Amino acid sequence: MIKAILIFNNHGKPRLSKFYEHYSEDTEQQIIRETFHLVSKRDENVCNFLEGGMLIGGSENKLIYRHYATLYFVFCVDSSESELGILDLIQVFVETLDKCFENVCELDLIFHVDKVHNILAEMVMGGMVLETNMNEIITQVDAQTKMEKSEAGIAGAPARAVSAVKNMNLPEMPRNINIGDISIKVPNLPSFK
Amino acid sequence: MPAPIRLRELIRTIRTARTQAEEREMIQKECAAIRSSFREEDNTYRCRNVAKLLYMHMLGYPAHFGQLECLKLIASQKFTDKRIGYLGAMLLLDERQDVHLLMTNCIKNDLNHSTQYVQGLALCTLGCMGSSEMCRDLAGEVEKLLKTSNSYLRKKAALCAVHVIRKVPELMEMFLPATKNLLSEKNHGVLHTSVVLLTEMCERSPDMLLHFRKLVPQLVRILKNLIMSGYSPEHDVSGISDPFLQVRILRLLRILGRSDDDSSEAMNDILAQVATNTETSKNVGNAILYETVLTIMDIKSESGLRVLAINILGRFLLNNDKNIRYVALTSLLKTVQTDHNAVQRHRSTIVDCLKDLDVSIKRRAMELSFALVNGNNIRGMMKELLYFLDSCDPEFKADCASGVFLAAEKYAPSKRWHIDTIMRVLTTAGSYVRDDSVPNLIQLITNSVEMHAYTVQRLYKALLDDISQQPLVQVSSWCIGEYGDLLYLDSVRRRSPSR
Repeated sequence: MIKAILIFNNHGKPRLSKFYEHYSEDTEQQIIRETFHLVSKRDENVCNFLEGGMLIGGSENKLIYRHYATLYFVFCVDSSESELGILDLIQVFVETLDKCFENVCELDLIFHVDKVHNILAEMVMGGMVLETNMNEIITQVDAQTKMEKSEAGIAGAPARAVSAVKNMNLPEMPRNINIGDISIKVPNLPSFK
Repeated sequence: MPAPIRLRELIRTIRTARTQAEEREMIQKECAAIRSSFREEDNTYRCRNVAKLLYMHMLGYPAHFGQLECLKLIASQKFTDKRIGYLGAMLLLDERQDVHLLMTNCIKNDLNHSTQYVQGLALCTLGCMGSSEMCRDLAGEVEKLLKTSNSYLRKKAALCAVHVIRKVPELMEMFLPATKNLLSEKNHGVLHTSVVLLTEMCERSPDMLLHFRKLVPQLVRILKNLIMSGYSPEHDVSGISDPFLQVRILRLLRILGRSDDDSSEAMNDILAQVATNTETSKNVGNAILYETVLTIMDIKSESGLRVLAINILGRFLLNNDKNIRYVALTSLLKTVQTDHNAVQRHRSTIVDCLKDLDVSIKRRAMELSFALVNGNNIRGMMKELLYFLDSCDPEFKADCASGVFLAAEKYAPSKRWHIDTIMRVLTTAGSYVRDDSVPNLIQLITNSVEMHAYTVQRLYKALLDDISQQPLVQVSSWCIGEYGDLLYLDSVRRRSPSR
């Protein structure tokens, strides 16, 4: 069973935290700090497995992590999970994020943390692996996003307007469109093909 | 009152904060705005507000005042609301709050919703944080969904059932009929979660284990198809067909074959096939091999298969990837008692791992090396281990020293060698030797009467070099006190200037 999935950056700022066992809010934050502390002092050329910190179950549990550029992806698991298998799972997760966000970077995770949660929900449920097929996951996430967009109604108008303008081919476009108190900046035409 | 700001705006604002105090101030301001918006019971913006609350929760700020709002979102008709509401419930609520019981009715309705994604949300939430009361109330609905033909829902229902069983073990019987044709599914997602469900049931109940033993042929067949089938683009990971499913099935086979000869025999062929045919150039292949090895070692396999497994582990030790070396050492440690001779063949590789840079690998190599010491290899092994003791990190020295003493006591080829070894440990890692070793050493020296002279001289010389290590000083002082006369005698004979 997977106990927790944490993503944080090189300075320990959390970008995603999902716990599959209950801890109080304070303990959750402490776990994130403790995990960051354990993982950040690891050298680049040592193995990707660590014993869990005291707060998350000590030596009963393992931390399996991967370091990509500025982000650490850490899965805390108990002994029923295969370490090498979880490494592959992290890889699938990151590749899925890459496909969904198109060359994912830390900023994408910062601004779309709810979308990352939705993707993760299609992969891991209740601490157990649900689906590992990347295309299947993306299909389901896209279908649900479409459902959300169709419900968005008037509140979603700005977002839809921007995407509609993106697809138009006007020779000249106004710099700013004002809809009430929301203003959208329309980029220059040459940047859209 | 102006419309509450969007989540994106909030994130942007918070990122401009230059200090922790500034960030805290921004968050507090926004929290106040959110609270008053909640008080106004505004349905349009509730979703946005809860999303912001969840973000603040992730950063570590209290968000419990949003719990009831999550419930209102779950009860809404809109999918967008439900999605954030359920996410909020999973992140903010738990069974210790009475509030969570209010969700039960909503989840029940949503489990029967016409849209599969809403049903999926309900299953997901129930499977993540459902309490025992909720599980008891809703188990029937989950069982119904376990029999549906919709594979998206079926796989979620399987994992939800696992959670229900964990919370309320008595309900396990209820899910038994639904498991009848789970394994005949074609969809890999459903297969995967079904195997997880079966594994959970077998681990919890010996009766279930007996009942499911008859599934072994079917599991073997599925595994065979995965290996033999050609390229299947949808499940392919680095050239191997659905490695996650393969690993799961291997694990279930392990549990089923554990103390049963017939089942173990039925699996022998497929295990040998997987062990020899899996491609090892990528991590996925190694993950499957690792699982296969663990299964072979755990069931009642024939000895040829066991030797094959240990050889695979030996090959892992030579792999460049440190993760592979780590799991190999861990597995060898587990099997060294039962298959001692087979592991001995890889002794030199294991000893090489003592020189690895990685701390975890060094520790396991050390434990394994001590387990492999015997009368035949004591001299060679001790040389390596003493060299390791010299150069290793302080955290290892105590364990290593104790290990050396134990090994030396069991297998010392001669008394003199034994004394020399003890001397070496006391002088190089003296300050790390455990306190309880000192009386044992003294006892040892007392018993080797013919070595008293030699011992006391060497100890004295060592003290002259370095008097800082306490255990050395303790043992030496005692010896010199007991056998000091021998010191004098010999030194006269050898005209040594030492006094």
